[in-house]
Amino acid sequence: MFGYYLDLALRSLKRNRVLTALMVLAIALGIGTSMTTLTVMHVLSGDPIPQKSAQLFRVRMDVSPDDHFRQGDKVPDNLTRRDAEALLRDGKADHQAAMSAGAMVVVSAQGEPLRVATRYTGADFFPMFDVPMRYGQAWRPEDDAARARVAVISGDLNEQLFGGKDSVGKTLQVGGQSLRIVGVLGDWAMNPRFYDLSNGQFGNSEQVFLPLSTALDLKLSTSGSLTCWGSAPDSRAPEAPCIWLQYWAELDTPAKAAAYRQYLQNYIALQQQGGRFSHPGLAEELDVMQWLDAKGVVPSDVRLQTWLALGFLGICLLNTVGLLLAKFLRRSGEIGVRRALGASRRAIFLQCLVEAGVVGLAGGVLGLALAALGLVLVRHQPTDYAAYIHMDLSMLLLTFALALASSLLAGLLPAWRAMQVAPAVALKSN
Amino acid sequence: MHFRHILNALGRHRIAVALLVLEIAFSCAVVCNALFLIGNRLERMQRPTGVDEAHVVEMFIGSVTPGSAEAVMAQTRTDIAALRAIPGVANVAVVNQTLFGNSFSASGVGLSDDAKAPRISVTQYMGDANLADTLGLKLAEGQWFKPDEFITEEQLEAGRSGLPVIITKALAEHLFPGESAVGRTIYAFGANRVVGVLDRLVQPRDSGPTESYGYAMLFPVTLPYTEGAYVIRVKDAMRRDAVIQDVLRTLKASGPLRLISPKYAFTLESQRAKYYRNDRAMAWMLVGVCVLLLVVTAVGIVGLTSFWVAQRRRQIGIRRAIGATRGDILRYFQTENFLIASLGIALGMVLTYGLNLLLMAHYELARLPGYYLPVGALVLWVLGQLAVLGPALRAARVPPVVATRSA
Repeated sequence: MFGYYLDLALRSLKRNRVLTALMVLAIALGIGTSMTTLTVMHVLSGDPIPQKSAQLFRVRMDVSPDDHFRQGDKVPDNLTRRDAEALLRDGKADHQAAMSAGAMVVVSAQGEPLRVATRYTGADFFPMFDVPMRYGQAWRPEDDAARARVAVISGDLNEQLFGGKDSVGKTLQVGGQSLRIVGVLGDWAMNPRFYDLSNGQFGNSEQVFLPLSTALDLKLSTSGSLTCWGSAPDSRAPEAPCIWLQYWAELDTPAKAAAYRQYLQNYIALQQQGGRFSHPGLAEELDVMQWLDAKGVVPSDVRLQTWLALGFLGICLLNTVGLLLAKFLRRSGEIGVRRALGASRRAIFLQCLVEAGVVGLAGGVLGLALAALGLVLVRHQPTDYAAYIHMDLSMLLLTFALALASSLLAGLLPAWRAMQVAPAVALKSN
Repeated sequence: MHFRHILNALGRHRIAVALLVLEIAFSCAVVCNALFLIGNRLERMQRPTGVDEAHVVEMFIGSVTPGSAEAVMAQTRTDIAALRAIPGVANVAVVNQTLFGNSFSASGVGLSDDAKAPRISVTQYMGDANLADTLGLKLAEGQWFKPDEFITEEQLEAGRSGLPVIITKALAEHLFPGESAVGRTIYAFGANRVVGVLDRLVQPRDSGPTESYGYAMLFPVTLPYTEGAYVIRVKDAMRRDAVIQDVLRTLKASGPLRLISPKYAFTLESQRAKYYRNDRAMAWMLVGVCVLLLVVTAVGIVGLTSFWVAQRRRQIGIRRAIGATRGDILRYFQTENFLIASLGIALGMVLTYGLNLLLMAHYELARLPGYYLPVGALVLWVLGQLAVLGPALRAARVPPVVATRSA
């Protein structure tokens, strides 16, 4: 029966090519724009580290002095050096690292200065974020303690400075100091770069990594947000009243995460007892997806575009409903004959829906082509995420599901009207 | 033409008419709001900065081996002298942060020393005695800093307070509504006496609420080049690119090995274009959606009207046979479309308002100004008339003889 309906549908669609083309075009435009924006949303709201996102926690707290505490203020994202070092000393998590972004100038083999993005962090950074190494390995926790002059560089920088050869043991000249290269990263890019969203959310990883203790010792410049509560001649000093360090902890089981939460509460309570502040304070741990959500990684423009595209699809569907209605009712005579010859209302209804579905699938195919075109346009936009926008299999399947579902939805009303054609009236008026 | 007859005829196609009305209404709502969004973006992109953008170029330099503070300051003086000697250069200064640049420095500002007093975050520009002239800043009131008021970075870091400050008119009006700010004291780095009020200067990048975009203050600090960027005023805006080449050559020839690259030399206008590129992209995307939406709506009108024309061939023939002219038939369909479009637009106005409320709640958008409504209405009326023209002309060509044939 289905085959017969399909045959009827194709014949009917061929009979009025212009109307058919208009319907397919309307659905395709709606599907094309919707899928373009949904793909962008899908990529931007994706999980950058799916194997571990539930075990990695951003730690943040409000330990501001009483005269700077205001009820209802947002919890600062970063920690003071004093708190970060205290948490590191306690070492209650499976892995933990305090970190900051920075920038420095290194000199290439040809004597050309290059500006590179850096990350000052701890040895735990690499196992915590599953960072792959091409050559050598990360520095050891002892190097953190010893403020060792060591560095790990990215594969890109290794290519630029050493032509891609194993550079472990070579040195990197920074501000008159030399750092010994202990490791070279393999391909590693977190998009969005969840561990630090303050210096560009998408893009490659940093080019140089070195121990935070070393960077502080060498007074290398940091970048990112820095907020101080009072005047501080050196905002990076151990006791400076400034918040600037990002803190991540890996907690492998929910039990450990709960224990760590308790540990943070105790830490705050200890600070209160020590007379540091009297307000309630706050300390919390957010896993990767909660953190991304809290920071609003999906730009509001992208959300707006998605709603706009879905609204557009809705209007295209209204359009399709109207055109299908016109198309079915134009065939009142034919439907009348079929009904008079014994076709049930159900049969007419199904036949009409099959026709709508065929239009939908054709719209889906064309819509997919339009979405591909739309994504090319998105990739040419000057946004930092442009390069990462690609359609995957799930989005491909969603395209057809959306096209079919929306065309069937659009076909419901016209098919229902068509099945109610009274055979006698239809035959007589012919 | 009798509206009543048309309405009667339309009553026989209630569902199809309702669909068209809905489609026009939704289109109207989306188009009006999209036009408003586009208008907002364009307005945002055209905000003035208070700086003479056409004549300013910026140069960021990275030091490889910085050396002592004195050495860096001495190098800065050497650089400035060399840059001033370039024929196309009118003035040079060092500033801690540049318009549309990445770095942003701000302090809490209040009207009292008390830490509990309300404070707002205000961005701070620091620069030497040539900064105001280099950027082309205009003073609205008061005066510029005196030569002996400029301090060095070390003095600032050592906690020297009591610096005089120049603030923008927008900030002055916020802090001292209805009064002159000159001579008053604000509390940013200790107590700072306001010596002048700038016509306009804005934050390097948008931060905080929209109205604070024009809040800025300027401190007299002589900085080394490592703490900011060189801003260079060119004499002839047409020769900016040539001046940039001269600047690169001059700086490379003076001093130790440093990172001096065309990658870090910009005209202020190119920085502005880069800063607003997302807004521009969004505006174009909205234009695209509006166009597609109008195309789809037109397609709907063409499709349904064609169907009605085909269905009514016999009636049209009869009307022609009993004396209606081609013009009558044409006008019939045009009036019919006008009625449908009007219904859609009336409903669309309500939807426009609703959609605007939704956007206001979720996207911090302002209320839609009333004049967008007639613009949207006009667009859809014109669109409807254009779309209906084809089918209506086909209807007008139906010969009277059709009346005599059986369908």
